[in-house]
Parts: sequence; structure tokens; C-alpha cells
Amino acid sequence: MYVAVKGGERAIDNAHAWLAEERRGDPALPLMSVAQIREQMALAVNRVMAEGSLYDPDLAALAIRQARGDLIEAVFLIRAYRTTLPRIGASRPVDTGAMAVDRRISATFKDLPGGQVLGPTFDYTHRLLDFADQAAIDPAPLAAPDTAPVPHVTAILDRDGLIEAVPQNDTPAPDLTREPLELPACRALRLQALARADEGFTLALAYSTQRGYGRTHAFVGELRIGRVPVEMDIPELGFAIEIGEIELTECETVNQFKGSRTEPAQFTRGYGLVMGQSERKAIAVSLVDRALRWQELGEDFTGAPAQDAEFVLSHCDNIQATGFLEHIKLPHYVDFQAELELVRRLRAEAQEAQP
Amino acid sequence: MSDYNFAYLDEQTKRMIRRAILKALAIPGYQVPFASREMPMPYGWGTGGVQLTAACLTPEDRLKVIDQGADDTTNAVSIRKFFQRTAGVAVTEATREATLIQTRHRIPETPLTEDQVLVYQVPIPEPLRFLEPRETETRKMHELEEYGLMHVKLYEDIARHGQIATSYAYPVKVEGRYVMDPSPIPKFDNPKLSGCPAIQLFGAGREQRIYALPPHTQVVSLDFDDHPFVASKPDHDCDLCGASDSYLDEVITDDRGGRMFVCSDTDFCMGRVRAGHAGRLAGQSKGAAA
Repeated sequence: MYVAVKGGERAIDNAHAWLAEERRGDPALPLMSVAQIREQMALAVNRVMAEGSLYDPDLAALAIRQARGDLIEAVFLIRAYRTTLPRIGASRPVDTGAMAVDRRISATFKDLPGGQVLGPTFDYTHRLLDFADQAAIDPAPLAAPDTAPVPHVTAILDRDGLIEAVPQNDTPAPDLTREPLELPACRALRLQALARADEGFTLALAYSTQRGYGRTHAFVGELRIGRVPVEMDIPELGFAIEIGEIELTECETVNQFKGSRTEPAQFTRGYGLVMGQSERKAIAVSLVDRALRWQELGEDFTGAPAQDAEFVLSHCDNIQATGFLEHIKLPHYVDFQAELELVRRLRAEAQEAQP
Repeated sequence: MSDYNFAYLDEQTKRMIRRAILKALAIPGYQVPFASREMPMPYGWGTGGVQLTAACLTPEDRLKVIDQGADDTTNAVSIRKFFQRTAGVAVTEATREATLIQTRHRIPETPLTEDQVLVYQVPIPEPLRFLEPRETETRKMHELEEYGLMHVKLYEDIARHGQIATSYAYPVKVEGRYVMDPSPIPKFDNPKLSGCPAIQLFGAGREQRIYALPPHTQVVSLDFDDHPFVASKPDHDCDLCGASDSYLDEVITDDRGGRMFVCSDTDFCMGRVRAGHAGRLAGQSKGAAA
């Protein structure tokens, strides 16, 4: 009559065995290689790298396969691995101005130095299912790479004083993964948190600012995607050497101007930088960044979620969120028993009180 | 698992956590922020407790892990296995034999000793969180010892229900200073917090907080003179071991209202059964034999 309470260990082992079988799918079909995922699911790989905060396409692809395509689970695998890696040092800040751009567009100027480069974008595709996989049949012709410099659009506005100067701050950026998040958080820390924030959450917040919850009238001054070299100072050598390249997506927005009787009108900035090709995320980050800057820019707090740094930073991490959300699957017999007993007692007392 | 350090975390991280533990022990009940790491189990599944355990474990330790009082609930099994793999420490289900006990939502019935460390898993470390969602505000309230809001909440409970309607995670005051969340243990367990000879450590991984009760700390459950705190439990004896003083789980046995009550602390219950105690349904149970 009494259901045996023993058996948790065997149940877990069996569940894992079943999971392994499901993960593999039909064994008659070939196993997807990590390289295939890396090459053909590159945007999923990019998202896992960005939210996992670890630039390694092969590991991200491996994680996606292991997670059966559940990207948040894949991000989790990467995060749990990343946290065990020793911290050898910090690279020099990357120079996105010197980026070898695959894509660079500006929504604020029709043409500009460096030009508008569409790059590999879904933007003007018709979303028609491609049953014959035309893309595979028809490779695009390759042009010679354009090596002309591609200056930042905001630098052009900056030269004329039309946009706020970049606030200079030489204090080293805090490291979210090595120090507990303390509030209020500086902009560097906010941007760091947003760079690894859940894409869906960031998108929804950014969208809410467009619909009036903390509106900032953003123009995409520039969106660029490309590779930048990563350099590191090697103490033994006494100079920096290039240790590799990473792909980044950078978005700079030009936002509603501010000005007063003493200060001439100027546009303001929002900024987003994300690892890999993740332009939806980079745009979203720059909108949320701008909304979070209300205090510094002397704007009103309207109670919009995207303006509320504590709200945004406490809830943007999908690994924290999913863990806590899903933990309610765990046994809560003890708490529930306590509640059950309380409700029974309250009901009994209420019944007694009735004539 | 030779790719990982003893007890998974690297020594730098352990040192950081140990510093936070020392600070927490020095200021009983105060929530110390710490740089919580991503662990290979999800946030909300005991990562705070796991990090404390990892930072405290030595190869000589004997570890016990319980969830809801039981050694055999799935997550307890999973955490115990994790430390068997990554630290190779001895494990036990016997409360008396353990040097370090990681727990979720219960304090063992068997009294602890000064040779033991009890590590709690904490979901929301801030006792004021559901009254004030902002961390910046609640930290200020602790600084100023401004706990009026909590008393108002308890008073409102009495006004509405005739009694304080908090049955678990019942707030306590530590050494007359900090109001502390004892983690979601049933309020039945609250009296065991006070004057306990063991070190009690509380870890909230997702919320990046560690707090502690050093041995023999005075811990008082909040109440009013005319509505004193009562450590309540289901009004039954254990159906397996007959204990009348242990916290009980209710087990539904059929769809006609049949139910039985059994100790939530499985080690305590089995120990009593082995010692010859018997409850109402003893002998009919598969659980007792397993």
C-alpha cells in the first residue's frame, strides 16, 4: 500500500539512458557532425556563444547537439564549462573601427565612407519555404574584398558635435562573472549583462520601448558585423600579440536629442555589442542600453520596465531564469505539507466559528 | 572527472567562497554577496548549497545530502553523486556519521553536534523580498534595522486569518539584529536553528548570497506576545515508526481518501524502525524494508 520511496537513483539512471536514446533519434540516420552544425546552424551557434559568453563555435555546436537543439540548454552547458576555465588574463579592448566588415549598414545616411554593405542578410529575402534548397545550388559570386577603412557613423556626427561625446571612463570594467552583481550598476556592467542576456527577453524589452514604455526614438546609426583581431599583452614579451579573431555584431543607435538653454541640442547614444552574428540582439541591446541611461541624461523615470536597471539586470539571464523557473518541478512535499496543514487548520477554525 | 579540481570548483573560487563564509560567520544573519559561479546543475536546484559544500569539503569528510528530509529524493541523489564523482568523498545517509550535511527544506531530527556543518540550499535569501522587490531598498532596510514592514505583514495575517499564516520559510531574528530567511524549512524546524552546536551555512547561488549562523547562535522566530510562535506539524504520529515528535509527510495511498503520515526525515525513521519502534502501519510497508 505504501508507495516505495526508494528508487530515485535507478530512476535517474534510466531517465538518462532514455534521454540519450531520444537525443540520438533514429539510429538509421547518420549522426550530425559538430562541423555540420557549426557551418549550417551558424546563427544558433552564434546565439549559444553570445549567451554562453564563450567564443568557441565548435563547443557551441557540440552543446547544441547534446542539448537536442534546445538553445538555452546549450547555453547552460557552455556556461557550466566556461566557469571551470582558468582566467589567464584579459585581452586589449578590441577595435571595432578596424573591423573587417561582412555587413555594415546605416539607417541615418544614404551613403557614407565605407559604403552600405548588405552582407549575408535575411533582410530582403521573401520568406518562402525553399523546398529545393536553392541556396545550396546557387552559390553567390564572390567580389574582391574591399579594404577601404569603414569609420563609425557616430564618429562622423561626433566630429560636428551633433552627438553626445562618449563618456570617457578609464576604470577597468567590472567582471560580472567574477564579482557579484551590485546595484546600481555602471553602464559597462549593464552592457556586459545585456551582451549575454536572453535574446527573447532583450528583444521584448527593446520592443516595449518602441511602443512607448520608455521611448527613446532610436535610429540605427550603424550596424556592423565582421571580424576583429584579439590582442593580448604578454608580460614576458613586453608587447601585445594577436591571439585570434572573433566575429562581433555592433549596433550604435542615434537617439532623441537633448538640449537646454545652456547646452545646444545633441543626439544621444545607445550601444550594443554581441559576439557572433546576432544583429537582432545587438539592436535590442542598444535600445535597452539607451532606455537604461535615463538618469544620466536627466530624463524622467516613467516606470517603464526597460528603464528599470534592477528589473532588467535581475531578470535578463536565461540560465538563472530557467533554473529557478524549472526548480518548481523539484519535490516541495515539506513546504506543501506545511501549507496543507495551515489551510486545514484555518478551515477547521472557520467551521467551528459558524453557528 | 580528472579534468576538474577536487570538489569541482577551482581553488581560487573556493577561496573566494571561504572568505564570504568567514564574513557571514562574523556577522550572523547578514547576507554576504559572493561571485556565484555557474554550476553544472541549474540555478534554483541547490547551486548555492553545492558551492558552499564544495568550498568546505575536505577529502576526509563524510557527506550526507537530503532533500525534503530524504536521502533518496532525486535531487539529493543527483547532488550526492556529483560530489562522489568530483571529490570522491565518503557518503552516508546516517545523520550522526556525517561531517557535512547539505539540505534542502529540512533540518534533520537527530540533534547535530559541533563536529558537523549543515549547508542549506536557499532559493530567495531575502526575507523582505516579497514585501519589497528591490534589492537596493531591502539592503537599506537591513542597514537601518527597519523591519516594521515585516511586522505589519505578520499583523495583517492575524487580522485576516486569526493567526500568522506563514507555514514555511518563517522569518527569524538572529542575535537581536538581522531578520533572516531560514530557507523554506517548515516552521516546525525553526526552534532547531537556535543554539545549534553545528555551523549552519546558507547558500543562494542564483541570488549570489551567503549567510550563516555560527554555533550556539540565538535565533528567534518573529511573533507577537499575544500570538506566540508555534512550531506546528501534522497532528499525527508516524505510521511507520510511531514517532510523535518528527515532521511528517502525507502520502496519498488510494483514491478514496486513504492516506498515511510518515517521517520526512527518512534516516530518523529507519533508525527508529531498526530500534524496534513501530507505527500504525508498520510491517505493511515496502518503504520500511527497502
